[in-house]
Amino acid sequence: MRPSQTDNTLTTSADGPDTDVLFCALLRLGDNCLILAQQIGKWCGHAPDLEEDIALANVGLDLIGQTQMWLNYAGEVEGKGRSADDLAFFRDTREFRNALLVEQRDEDYGGTIMRQFLFDLWHFNLLQHLCQSSDSGIQEIAAKAVKEVAYHADRSTDLVIRLGDGSDESHRKMQDALDSIWFCVEELHSPDRMDEAATDLGMLPDLVKIGVDFRGQLSNILAKANLTEPSDVAMRHGGKSGLHGEGLGYLLAEMQSLQRIHPGAQW
Amino acid sequence: MSKEWPLWEIFVRGQHGLSHRHVGSLHAPDAELAIKNARDVYTRRREGLSIWAVRSRDVVASAPLDRGKLFDPANSKIYRHPEFFSIPEEVGPM
Amino acid sequence: MYAQMVKSTGQPVKTLDEMDPLERAFQERINANEMIEPKDFMPDSYRQTLIRQISQHANSEIVGQLPEGNWITRAPTLERKAILLAKVQDEAGHGLYLYCAAETLGISREEMSQKLVDGKARYSSIFNYPTLTWADIGAVGWLVDGAAIINQVPLQRCSYGPYSRAMVRICKEESFHQRQGYAMLQTLCTGTDEQKAMVQDAVNRWWWPSIMMFGPPDQESVHSAQSEAWKIKLYSNDELRQKFVNQCVPQADHLGISLPDPDLKWNEETGNYDFGEINWDEFYSVLQGNGPCNNERLGARRKAWEDGRWFRDGLAAHQAKQDDAARKMPKVA
Repeated sequence: MRPSQTDNTLTTSADGPDTDVLFCALLRLGDNCLILAQQIGKWCGHAPDLEEDIALANVGLDLIGQTQMWLNYAGEVEGKGRSADDLAFFRDTREFRNALLVEQRDEDYGGTIMRQFLFDLWHFNLLQHLCQSSDSGIQEIAAKAVKEVAYHADRSTDLVIRLGDGSDESHRKMQDALDSIWFCVEELHSPDRMDEAATDLGMLPDLVKIGVDFRGQLSNILAKANLTEPSDVAMRHGGKSGLHGEGLGYLLAEMQSLQRIHPGAQW
Repeated sequence: MSKEWPLWEIFVRGQHGLSHRHVGSLHAPDAELAIKNARDVYTRRREGLSIWAVRSRDVVASAPLDRGKLFDPANSKIYRHPEFFSIPEEVGPM
Repeated sequence: MYAQMVKSTGQPVKTLDEMDPLERAFQERINANEMIEPKDFMPDSYRQTLIRQISQHANSEIVGQLPEGNWITRAPTLERKAILLAKVQDEAGHGLYLYCAAETLGISREEMSQKLVDGKARYSSIFNYPTLTWADIGAVGWLVDGAAIINQVPLQRCSYGPYSRAMVRICKEESFHQRQGYAMLQTLCTGTDEQKAMVQDAVNRWWWPSIMMFGPPDQESVHSAQSEAWKIKLYSNDELRQKFVNQCVPQADHLGISLPDPDLKWNEETGNYDFGEINWDEFYSVLQGNGPCNNERLGARRKAWEDGRWFRDGLAAHQAKQDDAARKMPKVA
């Protein structure tokens, strides 16, 4: 079911509709990185082997850095003096603009890798285009992030192919992970009103076009991994306009607790 | 059943055009992931621009007991070093 | 320390004259500060002691990820989150370097990891204490990493080549750990009253466990003499502990906090700070598994190890298939 596309929870800025569109686009970019980094952070010390523990933490560190860049820029654009930290720690669930994909919980490392892979592949396609954004701020951040994400996508692709093909058990785990998270895929490349406005302004590329490339690459990789693309899954949308699953509230409660208990303190 | 990933020796070439240098070891299931793991484990602080990974079992090493016959003979060849020859200062740098 | 109470021979150290020629040549190399390398001759007791010491040291790094990792998801700013994640990741790296060093002695990482999760291998007592507040992360950086550095710097000169090289790398990386901990405490101490109270509370809880890290007093360290003769232990427990206390007192003053020891005072005669009686019963009890977090720590490592098996095996299985396929390919001349 597609939720209403109107988005009333956004803070509107004084500078008119173009600024609102840019602000919203930046929150979406930043929140995806933030929520995924938060999920990655809890694996540190618990991953299946040491090399993997270290490698995943590197991905997390890149994503935290990208979060800082996107959200700092968002704060500047908004013009109300909010920093990246203010935006990360003092917004509530409905104000978060991340896609549903990144907020999905992973009880199993197969889910972690599959979620990461789907995100990386899409993220890489998006960032490549963002390097040509009409907005120079977006261009600059994308140019730095795209190198990091090229590596993320490379690594998670390698893992998905190997684990999908690997043992019976690893194959089953990866197929289960794919099946259970598939409902989040379409949202990544389905533009809503805000996306379309940003595309019209040249800030964002056409998400539909990106979707075609992304889904093509995805099918190829899944085939190499002996994994079957799920069919007949009811796709869900809504994360990027603030309609999240229940899990996000817990994730934010944990992430924001210290700032909320001691508002205004320096850390 | 568990089969441990093989051990790899990792060599990294740093920023300044020096040769690849042994930096340590790690485990990886295959060559491609050995390079990726090496990137993540051994170049976190901008240490490198190029990585070699070699299966540890493929490294051929000299035997410790041969140390004397392999390396001591070089000790007496002091004429191979530039300091052996004294050149008058007025000749200039050489 | 990170390796506490490592058993060696338990026998008095032999004199050179009591050794057979091979062992004597080995000891003479050590006395001459030569490095021992993996393929060199070494007495089996040296090898076994080193395996215990290095694997314990590695285990401590790995288990040491847990108390600090506990706060990654709750770090109060994005920058603090990145710093903490990078730091805890470094600990994994240190564990990895050390396991690799131990592997040169003929034990596999698989075996060491299995021993750890089976509760058959030790790790440092310090990591069985809980990190209850954000200030604990600063206190652990300042005190626990501070103590670790005091222990690890001399180990860079230990007699076993791979161990020494791992320590060089670790010390280089570790230098940011203690500094970030102390800097964080400085920020908290200049913050709100609650933040400052948080620091004092954290230091009160971490102080004694930190000075216990150096291990039992010298007169009870039955294995030290042999390890010192082999140069895999370069200073005694009490020497290192004293150095640590001397270093911490002015640092605590600078933060404007107190250390929880009424007997702590400067001794003009010895040029050291005297300190109070250490509760060794607590130390031994924690080592025996009765610390506040022993079960959680071991449980977390066991879960990671067991839940991760399919991942490790899956990747190995993929490579085995590739190898098989390559073997079956017709050879083209």
